[in-house]
Amino acid sequence: MSRLAAVVGIGQTEYRSARKDVSMGGLVNEAARRALEDAGLGWDDIDAVIIGKAPDMFEGVLMPELYLADALGASGKPMLRVHTAGSVGGSTAVVAATHVTSGTFDRILTVTFEKQSESNAMWALSIPRPFSMHLNAGAGGHFAPHIREYMRRTGAPAHVGPMVAVKDRKNALKNPLAHLQIPDISLDMVMESPMLWDPIRFLESCPSSDGACALVISNEELANKGPNKPAWIRGMAMRSETMTCKGRDEVNPQAGSDCAKDIYSQAGISNPLKEVDMAEVYVPFSWYEPMWLENLGFANKGEGWKLTDAGETEIGGSIPFNCSGGVLSTNAIGASGMIRFAESAMQVRGTAGEHQVDGAKMAVGHAYGASAQFFAMWAVSSEKP
Amino acid sequence: MRDVAIVNYRQTPAIRNSGSTNELQMLESVIQGVIAESGVSLSDMDFVCSGSCDYLAGAAFAFVEAIESVGPFPPIKESHVEMDAAWALYEAVLKIRTGEADSALIYGFGKSSPGDLRSVLSLQLDPYYLTPLWLDTISAAALQAAQCLDRGVLSEDDMAAVVARSRANAKSVPGTQLSGDYSVADLLAEPTYVSPLRMHDCAPITDGASVMIIATPEKAKQWCDTPVLITGLDNRIESSMPTLRDLTVSSSTEIAGQKAGVNDKTVEFAELHAPFSHQEILLQRALGLDDGVDINPSGGALAANTMMAAGLDRIGHAAKLIQSGKYARGVAHATSGSCLQHNLVAVLEAAS
Repeated sequence: MSRLAAVVGIGQTEYRSARKDVSMGGLVNEAARRALEDAGLGWDDIDAVIIGKAPDMFEGVLMPELYLADALGASGKPMLRVHTAGSVGGSTAVVAATHVTSGTFDRILTVTFEKQSESNAMWALSIPRPFSMHLNAGAGGHFAPHIREYMRRTGAPAHVGPMVAVKDRKNALKNPLAHLQIPDISLDMVMESPMLWDPIRFLESCPSSDGACALVISNEELANKGPNKPAWIRGMAMRSETMTCKGRDEVNPQAGSDCAKDIYSQAGISNPLKEVDMAEVYVPFSWYEPMWLENLGFANKGEGWKLTDAGETEIGGSIPFNCSGGVLSTNAIGASGMIRFAESAMQVRGTAGEHQVDGAKMAVGHAYGASAQFFAMWAVSSEKP
Repeated sequence: MRDVAIVNYRQTPAIRNSGSTNELQMLESVIQGVIAESGVSLSDMDFVCSGSCDYLAGAAFAFVEAIESVGPFPPIKESHVEMDAAWALYEAVLKIRTGEADSALIYGFGKSSPGDLRSVLSLQLDPYYLTPLWLDTISAAALQAAQCLDRGVLSEDDMAAVVARSRANAKSVPGTQLSGDYSVADLLAEPTYVSPLRMHDCAPITDGASVMIIATPEKAKQWCDTPVLITGLDNRIESSMPTLRDLTVSSSTEIAGQKAGVNDKTVEFAELHAPFSHQEILLQRALGLDDGVDINPSGGALAANTMMAAGLDRIGHAAKLIQSGKYARGVAHATSGSCLQHNLVAVLEAAS
């Protein structure tokens, strides 16, 4: 019953620690204009605008879709603002695509952003509430115990996390938009960087970035009218689970594996390692690469780190992860999920430039949020189903 | 596209300050209530979508805790908008139209009492030009009302008549916040609060939570005797700059009303989300509703105004009024932002 939809335009800003040259409106407008240009369209061709970002407190603007309506040419159009914690960039792409797959709209614009330099995310994440679990020391402090448990379960050697940090930063050198550009990155440099939340070192953590990412998604009839190839959405899904309860596995959350199985089934994928050509996966701390390799079905339980250790997640490996440099190189939080979705679409359109995987036909985009409890994924392909 | 019907709706009693009862507790009471009343279970819900605002709770990710109210384990298909839950309904309707879900549970909640709401809401304006002036919601609405009065678009008598009707209608709604019999002359004798608005021209501050179940018409018929069809649904936004808008009309409501097909057939009643009395008149005109249309039989937002749920409440009350047999077709409306910047219109009809 669901109709086909395709990504026909992609726009990203340069990602930096502080984009002082633009306002928040200027930032989202930059990404949106680039997406429209890529799609060969103007503002009038857009039927609805869907925006997403992480908590309003990250910039201090309440319900920013109201202020951003002008910058996104939304006046007189439908608008929706999604917020599902760190997975929001991915969820926003899914909800935006649903505007089309439901048959309600022909062509929509979706934009996600974060301008972390306007405020202090660490502060915004650390406000205690009465009778509520307090998230101390930001996301790294929350996830470090999950990572230690992963290492204990699998016996993964200590150098695997740092390997991911090096690989993603080397990939970032091939992506001119990526925030972190560290030409002399090496295993020694990562291992010698300060320990922040044991076992997460400084260089195994994502940066704080400003930036925005935009997509134009169209229905089947309009998908081939643009100047560039469409990326067909072959499967998309969202899953949420509780933060804490008996039986929940924070290291290998069921919501994540359910979400992956759902999109593989929609896309007709039975062996993800073989049939998926590359994946852009939300890895804000290095060790989440081997953890998600297992959670998303690319490796058996306990063996994700072996793929990383063998170099299989590098460009040219059997399952390249985060060819763009990933969240470890750019983390404009609200946009981070959509950047994964956009980069996966770029790969199957063949427009990823220096970080292109040769002949990529099927790619996966992934995002997760809160206490590894919210997930959004899609599978995109150069081939129409 | 597949049709969607409302099965059931429920809200907490509307109170000014819920004290130590938190958002999660309010939600649990209404969600368990609506589930039990409908004779379904949470696992029957194919999709869950909610609306809330972190700033009301004063903490980033405050909404994350709220999903515990639906016991999400094993994992569920779920989403959240940082908007009034009327837009969560909008997202859920799209989801059902795709065929990926046959049913959905929608909830919205807001506990405004711990903060200074009118100041908090000034953060939703342009952060560079307007927020630094701390133009609060009531002052912005007062400027809008003043412009309407100056241009002769409406009168203070008209505004007082809206309030008198709202309070009188609200007497029929158990657990609402403000109700009673007032004359226009009594109301006009009250002092102004933020001129030209009097206190009663402004919606009250309310703590509460609301929940709705929707489904395909086929499924809805299994779950209730009187499903209410959503035959039209649209939302439109307009510029954020008050100086770029004509504040004496609601152009986005007008577009949304036309797209939703409000006047394709006779409208018997309308539930309009007008947090200020003069806005109800602007909305009525934007939707082309004549004097024969009953406006806000529930009392509307002037009787109870739970932030992030009051829009969904309009749709919920409208559905309940149709289910009661009092009406067969009506319009429900939700608003967001300063001076009616963003508006959603739903057309509801009794399923034949």
